[in-house]
Amino acid sequence: MTKRRVVVTGVGVVSGLGAGQGAYWAGLRAGRSGVRRITSFDPGGFPSQAGGEVPDLAVNQWVPKAYRKAAKLMSRDIALAVAAADTAIRDAGIKTKGTAPDETPDLDPMRSGVNIGAGLICCDLVELGAAVEHAVEDGRFSFAKWGREGMEAMTPLWLLKYLPNMLGCHVSIIHDLQGPNNSITCAEASGLLAVGEAFRTIQRGGAEVMVAGGAECRVTPLGLIRQWLLKRLSTRHNDRPAEACRPFDAAADGGVVGEGAGIVVLEELEHAQRRGARIYGEVKGFGASNNFVEGLVAPEPESRGTTIALQKALAEARVEAGALGLVVAHGSAVPAEDRAEARGIASALGRHAAQTPLTATKGYVGNCGAGAAAVDLATAVLVLEAEWLPPVRNCTSPTANCGLQVVHGPGRAAALGHVVSCCHTYGGQTAAMVVSRWTQ
Amino acid sequence: MTRRRVVITGMGAVTPLGHSVEQTWRNLLAGRSGVGPTTVFDAGSFPTRFSAEVRGFDAARVLPPEARWHAQAGRHSGFLIGAALEAWKQAGLPFPLSEPASSRPADGPCPAPERVGVYLGAGEGPLDFDPFIAAVVNGWRAERHEMDWPAWVATVLARMSAVRELEQEPNMPGAHLAQLFKVRGPCVSCLTACAASTQALGEATELIRGGDADIMVTGGTHSMIHPLGVMGFNRLTALSRRNDQPEQASRPFDAERDGFVVAEGAGVVILEELDCARRRGVKVWAEMLGYGSTADAFRVTDQHETGRGGIAAVRQALADAGVGIADVDYISAHGTGTKENDSIETLVIKAVFGPRAYRVPVSSVKSMLGHLIAAAGVVELITCVLAIRDGVLPPTINLTNPDPQCDLDYVPNKARPANVKVALSNSFGFGGQNNTVVVGRFAG
Repeated sequence: MTKRRVVVTGVGVVSGLGAGQGAYWAGLRAGRSGVRRITSFDPGGFPSQAGGEVPDLAVNQWVPKAYRKAAKLMSRDIALAVAAADTAIRDAGIKTKGTAPDETPDLDPMRSGVNIGAGLICCDLVELGAAVEHAVEDGRFSFAKWGREGMEAMTPLWLLKYLPNMLGCHVSIIHDLQGPNNSITCAEASGLLAVGEAFRTIQRGGAEVMVAGGAECRVTPLGLIRQWLLKRLSTRHNDRPAEACRPFDAAADGGVVGEGAGIVVLEELEHAQRRGARIYGEVKGFGASNNFVEGLVAPEPESRGTTIALQKALAEARVEAGALGLVVAHGSAVPAEDRAEARGIASALGRHAAQTPLTATKGYVGNCGAGAAAVDLATAVLVLEAEWLPPVRNCTSPTANCGLQVVHGPGRAAALGHVVSCCHTYGGQTAAMVVSRWTQ
Repeated sequence: MTRRRVVITGMGAVTPLGHSVEQTWRNLLAGRSGVGPTTVFDAGSFPTRFSAEVRGFDAARVLPPEARWHAQAGRHSGFLIGAALEAWKQAGLPFPLSEPASSRPADGPCPAPERVGVYLGAGEGPLDFDPFIAAVVNGWRAERHEMDWPAWVATVLARMSAVRELEQEPNMPGAHLAQLFKVRGPCVSCLTACAASTQALGEATELIRGGDADIMVTGGTHSMIHPLGVMGFNRLTALSRRNDQPEQASRPFDAERDGFVVAEGAGVVILEELDCARRRGVKVWAEMLGYGSTADAFRVTDQHETGRGGIAAVRQALADAGVGIADVDYISAHGTGTKENDSIETLVIKAVFGPRAYRVPVSSVKSMLGHLIAAAGVVELITCVLAIRDGVLPPTINLTNPDPQCDLDYVPNKARPANVKVALSNSFGFGGQNNTVVVGRFAG
């Protein structure tokens, strides 16, 4: 069975650098940082105080008027996905019920699907606190009082704000996309696993168009403290938050939390050509694997799962490691993770490792959890189109045992035929995707 | 080139009706209910005080000695490990897989680790509730309507544990399995609410068909029997409140149904490419024939009143299977026991099957097991395989008051012999994601 060809026709990114791929790319070009001292709550009592927050996210800007009431049911994670999906679909020049409510849609709803990854959405603790107030007895939580009085203070539709499938559901409703729809919840690999599965869905004829990626808000008190408990956060740069997250740098001491969404519009090639779509590039290969993680918190030193995912993606794309113009790595800025990932990537690149440029984005926007790998994939696509390599922000001194050509200092122009984006989770899951310049 | 065929070579389950597939099946055929008063937390003053719990299961007892650290797994991951070990053993796979360059002898016709993956519909883990709520209580300043974050942080750091927080993340159940079996193939988790493990089965089937893997450990797990989960469903008025008769509370298609019963548990199925199974010489239990996935794209609170998303998913699955409505011998319904789902699902079946809808038996094992949320789909698929194997249909119990809107043959109250060659299983998720799979007797 011949697999159909799949191209990228729209890109949407919402992050600390702003909303839309234009704002994102401009931020990268200018070397700006979307990471600041956290403002959505007072981080003073937390060991790590920096975060990549999206400025002025007003979800009502991103949904048609008729849908604004439903926006009350959206957690931040959902809002990020909805905003990014809107920008991506507009970027693709596609008219839907959401982007052009008064016009005839461009898409067949049954042949258009959604695959948006999500994380563990944290419930609003201030909202909960106000209700729990009614259930306190002698300074402790009382189940009896909670059932009798406290619960009634919670809004009836409360749960719907926090279910991870609601990101994809809202997007499907807003844009009337009735085709295949999944919600991948695989931590920091979610965004790329979602795009990869969407790629396969179109390849096998399950849809013509897929809106795919991931989103998460980790800049919450619970999100922040969880990452700190796992020892993944920088704590030494609270006075200079923009410089805290330093992927592959000798002075790295951990990552920073971020919030963000990466969404791409994937389209079957002939469908894209028939409507005269602008083609960013072609998705040529995808692979996924697993690192063996000892006790589930220490990375596999050689990151063989990273190597295998890359090899699978390159093999499917029929692209030799030497033909790669750039690797967009996960680069969490957790030193042990970066070391392991570097080894895994170097193994996949073989003798080309030292000549293949490598970059990572978390220094600009923080770690957006389920959105991270999709933001990175979007970056790979934008790099391919702009033919410019963004440096790893805050990497002033790449670690000596890296063996890879980490792009640091100023960015640079480069002719590019193929870019690969890869990711991993601290639970072990890995994924990689090759995007290539599209030729007939 | 013909499409690669996908078969089932192992099954495992840990449910409110048993710690194995066979024990669960025996109880289902006997029409037993797994529902009872909630014991895992103090639900005494909640609107719904009952659920279907897994009783007396301790994952640490089934873990092999070299894998004891997996005992740190959350409650739901423990169920999953139990189910996965049962399925893996039934499939006769080496434990664990070995990498090509290892010093162990080659595993014969078993595929290399990068050809074996994991795909689960896995729920988030239950909150570590006591520390979580204590932090909220200690941090909350009612007079200012504010959280004192430093006070909140102090309680968190004193009482929460990194491992217990980690184990709540939705990729962790799959991470446990991938580490246990040492797989290097695609490892994915999804969480499309009540449709999740059916979706996992479908997508895992596609991964094998497309050549990304030869074996996929698939299924799901969930435990939403916890204070915020039950509260959330109660606030949505989705749960039955028949507190005086818990075993009769789950009443799919009955006129007096008043909501679903939350349950917990796990199911695992080993999906395998057919030639791979043949080379390994293992028994084939059934064949995955078709998969359909759609979205209602209507509202997050309700299904579309015409059942359009479900109709499309069923049709897609049948078309993918190359099977006509005349060939379907049994439908395992989503059948949650809510007013809305059961009427709309009945509409869906009538729309797709036409007059034949009255002659295809339909049953909902949720009447006995309750609703395992993300794990519901895989457990229901397992019951389809067993229906095929044993020639008997599990009943829909508690069906005593006919509802004019639900007038199909739901196999009321008693199991019934039937020759099942093809079965269809529906899972319709909150929010509008619909998934259907078709499974058939393996003819060779």
